[in-house]
Amino acid sequence: MNQSAPLQIVFKNIHKANSHTLPVYLKGGGYKAMAEALAKTPEEVINEVKTSGIRGRGGAGFPAGIKWSFIPKASTKPKYLVCNADEGEPGTCKDRDILRFDPHLLIEGMVIAAFAVGSERGYIYIRGEFFLESQRVEGAIREAYAKGYLGDNILGTGVRFDLAVHLGAGAYVCGEETALLESLEGKKGQPRVKPPFPANVGLWGGPTVINNVETLASIPAILEHGGSWYAGLGVEKSTGTKIFSVSGHVNRPGNYEVEMGLPLKRLLEEYAGGVRGGWDNLKGVIPGGSSSPVLGKQVCETVTMDYDSIARAGSMLGSGAVVVMDKSVCIVRAIARISRFYRHESCGQCTPCREGTGWLSQIVTRIEAGGGQPGDIELLEELCGNISGKTICALGDAAAMPVAGAIRAFRDEFVYHVEHGRCLVE
Amino acid sequence: MFLGKLIGSAMEQEQHTRAPQFSQEALAKTEEIFNRYPPEHREAALMPILHLAQREFGGWLAPETIDYVADFMNLAPIRVYEVASFYTMYNLKRVGTYHIQVCTNISCWLCNSDAIVKTLERKLGIGLGQTTADQRYTLVAVECLGACVNAPMLQINDDYHENLTPEKVVGIIDQLP
Repeated sequence: MNQSAPLQIVFKNIHKANSHTLPVYLKGGGYKAMAEALAKTPEEVINEVKTSGIRGRGGAGFPAGIKWSFIPKASTKPKYLVCNADEGEPGTCKDRDILRFDPHLLIEGMVIAAFAVGSERGYIYIRGEFFLESQRVEGAIREAYAKGYLGDNILGTGVRFDLAVHLGAGAYVCGEETALLESLEGKKGQPRVKPPFPANVGLWGGPTVINNVETLASIPAILEHGGSWYAGLGVEKSTGTKIFSVSGHVNRPGNYEVEMGLPLKRLLEEYAGGVRGGWDNLKGVIPGGSSSPVLGKQVCETVTMDYDSIARAGSMLGSGAVVVMDKSVCIVRAIARISRFYRHESCGQCTPCREGTGWLSQIVTRIEAGGGQPGDIELLEELCGNISGKTICALGDAAAMPVAGAIRAFRDEFVYHVEHGRCLVE
Repeated sequence: MFLGKLIGSAMEQEQHTRAPQFSQEALAKTEEIFNRYPPEHREAALMPILHLAQREFGGWLAPETIDYVADFMNLAPIRVYEVASFYTMYNLKRVGTYHIQVCTNISCWLCNSDAIVKTLERKLGIGLGQTTADQRYTLVAVECLGACVNAPMLQINDDYHENLTPEKVVGIIDQLP
């Protein structure tokens, strides 16, 4: 990690007064990277993003430059660029800050991405509850059209890109990219069978790139400073910066942009004000949103915030939502809450998920309420195995992972609950 | 399953006789919405038009509103019911003037959203999922609203209220116009 490099890439403007307006954005050098990118060839832009090593910030962590290069150059159907702003993974609230405080950074990133993949029309799919944020973004889009940063002939280069907001209406599953496309087409948000992948058959059958807000908002800096500069930040396979939404039992919850590879302990102590009641009062951390398996305190001592380190620890970096739990928390109760969520959000299309999320929720809730039966823990483990990898989208896995992970890390608490009918912690 | 319920509520709502009709202003807005999508894909406008209809016609989608939208967009009514019933933000039952949605998911729960729910239940004299008799408040618990670092939080109509305490919640309710 290069400590002398500027850390604020995506959040560089958000602390400025009226950071969402075009004049403030332009004063900070806004839309320069776009102008420079439009003077290159699309291949050069894609190569720069490939060199940067940036991986998708929505949760899956797929390299963005490679995703872009999957878009076929020749296509009889129009190509589309879609920004996934359906921020819904519990614990995650970073994209909201970009949408409401720096919408032009996102728009600039999208124009660059659209140019790179040859798309002339794009959408920002924003979760419906972010209505005020969506109005901010629409205001910024109007400003960008008026200045010629969007439209038929961007900055006189002949490049064309039209951009609009599409508001969701409260369905977690629409964060899954093919469910999002269904929703954008005006349908129920039920995921599509893959293949074909959206890069070949996406929105209205056209080749489509779908990127997270934070990924796209990182693009202008990558073009401005170069892909190798970005690759020099962070650690080997987790380059650049990442915004972590730190919530729960810390003294200063917040969205913090740091270089990848920062030790979790430093993130909590130096940025988030420390664990409530001190480090030794820590019980566990959910490192990447509610679908990622919880890490016990011992793991939290050494794990670093990058894709590989967290994967080695048995969890996922996911969306970067760090949910901190102190020793007052009953893990069984926390997992019961999370399982209820997945049951509510299952779209009902695949049997293992539709039925399995209900089973998981009911059994964890039963154990929590003191009605656990011998064999319940093993039944949960079996259920997780019957859901994972057996559904069209990853929602089933997302429901199973926190349950299986919590049993792995805190089995004694589940056992105590089943045997004594009450919490170990109370 | 939903259709049966909807037909039932359609009968209950017989008194709601005035047929919905978009205002001139709303019609202009629908044009703007249609323009976001390629002309051959007008169906994509269904979700934003349902949002608009909900705002125009009393904060919920009555069966006659859904039928009106189906007619307006030249879609089969079942096609519109299907979408309206899939997404939680389309209210298929009437909600109060103030739709109070308390996040109770993991981050808010860790920051004691239970106390926020209890405070509201006591203050408003209703339970979760209920509406006050004067149709002023509807109280519901919802899943993550994406403001986790400012937990606990709730949403009243379009507005987020964050970093709550039970005292703050009482103040917020008292200050509603």
